[in-house]
Amino acid sequence: MKSPVTVALVGNPNAGATSLFNALTGAQSAVANYQRVTTSLSTREISHRGVSLRIVDVPGIFSTSSQSPEEKIGCDYLHGEEPDVIVNVLDAGHLDRSLFLTTQLIETGLPRITVLNMIDEVRRAGIRIDTAMLASALGSPVVETCALKKEGIEALLDAVVGVVSAPPVTPLRLHYDSHLEAAIDRVQQHMAELHPQELSPVRSRWLATKLLEGDDEILRHESNHVELVDEIRGEQSTLAHEHDEDAATLLASARFAFSNGLLREVRQQTEDPTAGFKLTRILDDVFLNRSLGLPLLLGILWVMFEATFSLGAIPTDWIKAGVQLATDLVDKTLPEGMFHDLVINGVMAGVGGTIVFLPNIVILFFFMAVLSGTGYLARASFLMDRVMHHFGLHGTTLIPMVAGFGCNVPAVMATSVITNKRARLIAMLISPFMSCSARLPVFILFAGAFFSNIAGTVVFAMYMASIGTAMLSAVLLNRIIPGSGSDAFVMELPPYRLPTMHSVLHHMWDSAQGFVAKVTGVILVGSVVIWFLQEFPRNIVYSQDFETAITEMESRADSPAKDEALRSLKATQAQEKLEKSYLGRSAIAVTPLFEPLGFSWRESASIMTGFVAKEVVVATYAVIYAQEKQSDGLTAALRGAMPPATAVAFMIFTLLYAPCLSTIAIIAREARSWRWAGFSVAYSLTFAWILALAVSKIGQHLL
Amino acid sequence: MNQHIEMDSVTLADLRPEQQGEILKIDSADGVFKRRMMSLGVVAGTAVTLDRSAPLGDPRIYTLMGYSLGLRNTEARQIRIRLK
Repeated sequence: MKSPVTVALVGNPNAGATSLFNALTGAQSAVANYQRVTTSLSTREISHRGVSLRIVDVPGIFSTSSQSPEEKIGCDYLHGEEPDVIVNVLDAGHLDRSLFLTTQLIETGLPRITVLNMIDEVRRAGIRIDTAMLASALGSPVVETCALKKEGIEALLDAVVGVVSAPPVTPLRLHYDSHLEAAIDRVQQHMAELHPQELSPVRSRWLATKLLEGDDEILRHESNHVELVDEIRGEQSTLAHEHDEDAATLLASARFAFSNGLLREVRQQTEDPTAGFKLTRILDDVFLNRSLGLPLLLGILWVMFEATFSLGAIPTDWIKAGVQLATDLVDKTLPEGMFHDLVINGVMAGVGGTIVFLPNIVILFFFMAVLSGTGYLARASFLMDRVMHHFGLHGTTLIPMVAGFGCNVPAVMATSVITNKRARLIAMLISPFMSCSARLPVFILFAGAFFSNIAGTVVFAMYMASIGTAMLSAVLLNRIIPGSGSDAFVMELPPYRLPTMHSVLHHMWDSAQGFVAKVTGVILVGSVVIWFLQEFPRNIVYSQDFETAITEMESRADSPAKDEALRSLKATQAQEKLEKSYLGRSAIAVTPLFEPLGFSWRESASIMTGFVAKEVVVATYAVIYAQEKQSDGLTAALRGAMPPATAVAFMIFTLLYAPCLSTIAIIAREARSWRWAGFSVAYSLTFAWILALAVSKIGQHLL
Repeated sequence: MNQHIEMDSVTLADLRPEQQGEILKIDSADGVFKRRMMSLGVVAGTAVTLDRSAPLGDPRIYTLMGYSLGLRNTEARQIRIRLK
């Protein structure tokens, strides 16, 4: 026996192969209730009853021969790797469609196990499946599972071990009508002659069938055998002539005839077969209602952002209190001096000022987990397809776009579901406009400071602005980037499902961990760097002699006027010190660029530091204002520093300008060119500048 | 052989909510599209109904083989059906 034994999980998209992979291996791969969540192979090794198994989660495919690019990874794996065992994962509620893939897997001749996943849904609908009869008809053991509830996992592992320890059995063979059989025989013969001793009879028959089906990939392999290619073309046209249908259609019809016949034998429907999905129909009557559907989508998003803001406020207050407590403690224990200032005004201000947004981020991810886990996201792309089509985008682009609300990096990677290369590039270039959770702190801070009554709605509006800009820019990119072509919208709408508590909690935990890692990593380092930049150089030549003025003022008799004058003197000095620091000087150097937008050097400084990661924007503000000793907090300080119109312009600018370093890197990797990554930076900066200018000009009249 | 059926056949995009259709043929020269549709169960003989349309009438959701498939009208027009 080979060790480890390679076990490939193969099934239709959304059949639950990844959930099964997680249940088998203890992995935590992302799952959701829509197609193509898994876009690459993942592998884990486990051991069962002393046999070590290498489990491979293969991205979902409907067929081994459709050759649509999104199925390429899965198909290539089956052609190239030849796993030792195929675990064919079927959605038990959708057997009519998914047995088609099974018929193709039978022809590979590899040992198989058939898994009826989500068996609970089928049982609830009152459908019974005769698994013993199914097993003998498919020539493989049949195991019933419910991967999310971890049911049937032991039985599946036992079956895998059983198959690998048993002596090889003669593989099952599907029989087609006599014309097709004859054609397959002839091509198979020819293949066997061309590759003597290389191909087993099963393998050569499989290849022959696929060649007749029109598999260009395999045909390319054989392209130097001109006679074979000619023969295939000949067989195809004879078949098409005799049957009035091409060979691919004949084969597909034969496969469906086999599976339909089989299902009539093994499946007993005790009730109305659609009963199981009654709830889905009722929910769709509401969510996909022709007049209510789109307003509801907007409403759901509004609730999501309103809750992100307002529910987040409560735990945020606790964290704020905790940060204050810690700051006071450090303040008392550390001796006065530079290290004291670094810790209080740099680290505590920057890290503490950012960590308070943790609750908001966790709440946002809770909603995203619910939207994708229930199947609503698939509905949203269906609802939006027509609108997005107008902008030259595809309905399914919505999924990477919504993923972008979390982080732009997976959003760029998720564009791999888009078939057309140019459409994919456009989707990639617009995804940085999607407001990721790193920008959320900026919105919450500014919306809370300037529009405290409608802060949730302002945050929602910023997200809408992000979608709007993404769409507008798609129109523009469609004109700029040469070429044409778009994908067909072909999408299965899965039944609504209740996401498991575990997966939702895992999503939230993951986002919390990621955020804390960022705060204790890039934000911590950033805060320290910013503190040094604003603290040095020390030998500043002030415009007036503050020291003498302050000593002189302190010697006067106590009065409220004296306190006021002293406070003002110290503030002016702190202000001038900041402006003459390295941070201030470099920010002032670029400020002319931002002056039309109404930004001061503080905004310029935050924008510059935010290139690294957008969370740093808030940290920079926190460090600058901590230095200016504003006792009434960052919120009040901001309110005093700029008019509301400028605040909105700043939010817009932060939303749109340059993707963060990780996103730039991922664009360069996925687009396979640094030029497109550079283009993305220049393009988004231009967009941000123009829109922020427009907003600040219009805002001055309105606010 | 089935020429007169083809004469009065309609496409999937013509299917109305209360009607029952049966797939006849995919009329497309695009082999990838054809194979992709077939792997989703769009083959001759499959019964199909229109489940609902998006707010602007496009795309639409069809029910076939016990599941819901969303398709744009452009694609649906390439699928010929017979009304039952």
